[in-house]
Amino acid sequence: MKQTKKMNCIVCPLGCLGEVSFNYGNDGGVIDVEVMSGFSCPRGKNYAIKEMTNPERMLTTTVRVENGALPLLPVVSKTALPKGKVMAAARYLAGITIKAPVAEGQVICLNILGLGVDIIASRDMNTHA
Amino acid sequence: MLPTQADIVIIGGGITGLAIARELSKYTLDVVVLESNPEFSAGSTKANSGICHAGYDPEPGSLKALLNVRGNQLYREIQDDLELPINWPGALIVATSDEECESMHKLRERAGLNGVPVELWTREQVLAKEPNLTDSVICALWAPTGGIMWPFGVALAFGENAARNGVKLFTDTTVTGFEKTDGKLTAVCTNNSKIVTKYIINAAGLYSDVISKLAGDDSFTIKPRKGEYILFDTSVSGFVNTPIFPCPTKVSKGILVSPTTHGNVFIGPDATNLEDKTDVSTSLAGFAEIISGARKLYPNIPLQGAITNFAGLRAAADGNGDFIIRASSVSGMIHAAGIQSPGLSAAPAVAELVVKILGEQGCDLKVKADFQPRNPRKAVFKELNDIEKAELIKINPLYGRVVCRCETITEGEILDAIHNPIGARTVDGVKRRVRAGMGRCQGGFCGPRVVQILARELNVPITEIKKDADNSNLFFEKIPSGEVN
Amino acid sequence: MNLNYEIVIVGGGPAGLAAAKSAAENGANKILIIERDREMGGILQQCIHNGFGLHTFKEELTGPGYAHRYIKMVDGIPQIEVMLDTMVLSIADGDKKMVVACNPQNGIMQISANAIILTMGCRERTRGAIRIPGTRPAGVLTAGAAQRMVNMEGYIPGKNVVILGSGDIGLIMARRMSLEGAKVHACLELMPFSNGLTRNIVQCLEDYDIPLHLSHTITKIHGVERIEKISCAQVDESFRPIPGTEFDIPCDCLLLSVGLIPENELSTGAAIPLHRLTNGPLVDQCRETGLPGIFAAGNVVHVHDLVDFVSEEGAIAGKYAAKYSAGQMCGFDRAIAVEPGNAIRTVVPQTITVRECVNEPVKLFMRVTQPMVKITVEVCDGDIVLASKKEAVAKPSEMIAVSLPYDKACSARGPITVSVKEEVK
Repeated sequence: MKQTKKMNCIVCPLGCLGEVSFNYGNDGGVIDVEVMSGFSCPRGKNYAIKEMTNPERMLTTTVRVENGALPLLPVVSKTALPKGKVMAAARYLAGITIKAPVAEGQVICLNILGLGVDIIASRDMNTHA
Repeated sequence: MLPTQADIVIIGGGITGLAIARELSKYTLDVVVLESNPEFSAGSTKANSGICHAGYDPEPGSLKALLNVRGNQLYREIQDDLELPINWPGALIVATSDEECESMHKLRERAGLNGVPVELWTREQVLAKEPNLTDSVICALWAPTGGIMWPFGVALAFGENAARNGVKLFTDTTVTGFEKTDGKLTAVCTNNSKIVTKYIINAAGLYSDVISKLAGDDSFTIKPRKGEYILFDTSVSGFVNTPIFPCPTKVSKGILVSPTTHGNVFIGPDATNLEDKTDVSTSLAGFAEIISGARKLYPNIPLQGAITNFAGLRAAADGNGDFIIRASSVSGMIHAAGIQSPGLSAAPAVAELVVKILGEQGCDLKVKADFQPRNPRKAVFKELNDIEKAELIKINPLYGRVVCRCETITEGEILDAIHNPIGARTVDGVKRRVRAGMGRCQGGFCGPRVVQILARELNVPITEIKKDADNSNLFFEKIPSGEVN
Repeated sequence: MNLNYEIVIVGGGPAGLAAAKSAAENGANKILIIERDREMGGILQQCIHNGFGLHTFKEELTGPGYAHRYIKMVDGIPQIEVMLDTMVLSIADGDKKMVVACNPQNGIMQISANAIILTMGCRERTRGAIRIPGTRPAGVLTAGAAQRMVNMEGYIPGKNVVILGSGDIGLIMARRMSLEGAKVHACLELMPFSNGLTRNIVQCLEDYDIPLHLSHTITKIHGVERIEKISCAQVDESFRPIPGTEFDIPCDCLLLSVGLIPENELSTGAAIPLHRLTNGPLVDQCRETGLPGIFAAGNVVHVHDLVDFVSEEGAIAGKYAAKYSAGQMCGFDRAIAVEPGNAIRTVVPQTITVRECVNEPVKLFMRVTQPMVKITVEVCDGDIVLASKKEAVAKPSEMIAVSLPYDKACSARGPITVSVKEEVK
């Protein structure tokens, strides 16, 4: 018997509620995901499968700044991170200090936690006046 | 650092203790004030109706009556010197039934006995003065000498003047006991150090019975009686200009509807007897009662314009409920206790009486030749015209940075509040002195900025800045990398 | 100090920046933006999460990212001057509009202008305004104030958090506090539905195993010096606590996300008529207020959820303020009221002024009263449908925009009503 799970799609404001079925693989991972109901469009169906097998999230947080106009610099992941690693990445960045000046888009942390995702500055930060 | 000795130690930094300190600062005595909270006026002075009563209500012949009337008079005399925030709009005690009208006559008699001018007004006269008052008003007592005050402003003005005249005031200092020799008090023990002294004034408000018992005098008990209030935004406060009282009962003056010195209106207080001296919580039942009481006077109370609510504790003494202002059975202590309504109104007169008792107890009262009766004028940015504002900013550019948007309070004024002889140490301390955070956004905009200014001026980390009490730090260092709570 | 500009803009957030850019593009030559904070960008600077700019830039930017796009554009426009760390004390109507402002460098400034644009944004509803009973300890603050301290100053207001209000600000802060290592114990929402985007419910609450309690309210705050716990209970249809459903949640921090209110200090001071429900100035399609020459845009008019609409509104105000400043803004003989009808809470603009010099579609921005599915929004003049739009899903938290051709608007007898027609099942 396959497992089932209800979930909300978050791709567009419709927020379709749907149900998927799946199995657990030998390594505990989720496999054989099939959409049973809901998810009225292909994007939704793709989201459901991805969300079940390899959910990802964007990360936005702050890092400390040395000699900056402000004490913190907001940063954003260039692409999405595996959902299960977001907290660890955020906690890692809590310990990072970058030196001003910083340009928007500048890489603050390359390949964070070896996940193949860079963390970049969300804005310029000038040096302290 | 507490001094090792003083002529007089005043326990309690509320309006009573600070008024006594100011009065004593006229004499060549070493006076110390000890306040257990991080800020002065943290107890009953912090949350009350802010009324300077005319004095018609207390039992004739009681200390409350005598000192209320004398206090009312004294405030008028010292108001300018100390720049006291007191207005004199009079007061109306309103009757909405024939029975209540009967009480008005009795109240008028009582006023006569207390030496307080009052007039019986007809319905037409009342509605001419306060047109939005309930249609059910039948008659009212008009007390022209009634006033409204900003209790922090008044108490802190007393304290500032005392400090300028040599009184030493300490916060965060709690009395833990006393030393006696031959049955006479000789020293005050605190959580810091000991002060050797001959005279101790017990102005400890809610805890005056605790202090008295510590000295060996258990002749009275203080039980807190809570009163809740709701405060309204200035923008909806135009409907009433005079403090309106209902017909008083035996227990309390009732639920008022009154303007404040800053253009707000409040309703309250109710009255609930408690055991817990720290319980200043508001409640749904309390809100319901004060709203219902206020609606008897103003059916259309603008509830949507309410900006905050709070509760205060009356330090109610057992026995006949009068002020306890007398020498203790324990030699060396003088009580200024059981100070509930009309405590604010009576404060300068309480101080006079305490000084008189000190004299009777043998204290040598030599008047100071160089007593400074005046406090320097405070800069209040929003009361100045544009030219005066510009001049002020030239003196100190920080008067040009508005920090509290709702009340238009500048950084310069906040600095004044911090660097005053009895300066603010906490966010609420700043709030009580210059009102930053008392407007409609309730500190949402200025709060973080006030915290930063305090940290900078007191030269401490932001994490050490408190709201008001010991364990009330507002912000913490972020949780270190890798850790999760 | 006396200064003179064509247009003075009060507030340098997204609305003010867009208004300035648009005013310059429409011929204004001397524009001043007055900003009270230390930098431009307004509230966006503390909104470090992404999701901004999908309509305007076809990208999902962070709040600071969106702000910096506009800041860079405005920087490059020589007609626009900026004053930071400056507070406007009052504005006054007249042939010349007067703005009195102050800052530490210049002291008091009397600034005259042909037109003023109000873009002050909004403030947060407070604990006092909703009368939560209990003590007043440290650790109770609004979510926006917490957001500023956490994201811009580097301090955290507590480590065991409860959030009141499931609007987007509350949800975003639930995630933010979790990412900063705090434990968020619950999110409580008075209404039977959440006010936030489904996306935020998933990404801010579900992702962090934070329970969402709908139809709940806080009945008491406990703690003498610092908050120790809150008591909460389920509520009935009249929002009254249901006896027997109470429970306590220990915490050291309560964040309030209970609504936003336009900053209307300056507007009331100048006797600009405000709308009863939005609490912002009444405006027409040009974003002109009841006082000719004084315009308003952005959150100060009505609280937005998409910054793209804020920029759009700012651009409208800027364009017409420029016209007004150049003496090219014609008057109007007729003003047609726009009113909310069935299931619509508010509509902006609240009036359409029939002017010769205006000829572009009127975009009406509205909010529904409760969540609904498969609706048609109709803009009507009596029985005549002037415009309509189908929405598969409608929520009070998500503003709906319906475009109305100008000639149709002008030909209306009025008032124009905006209502929801639910699909007959």
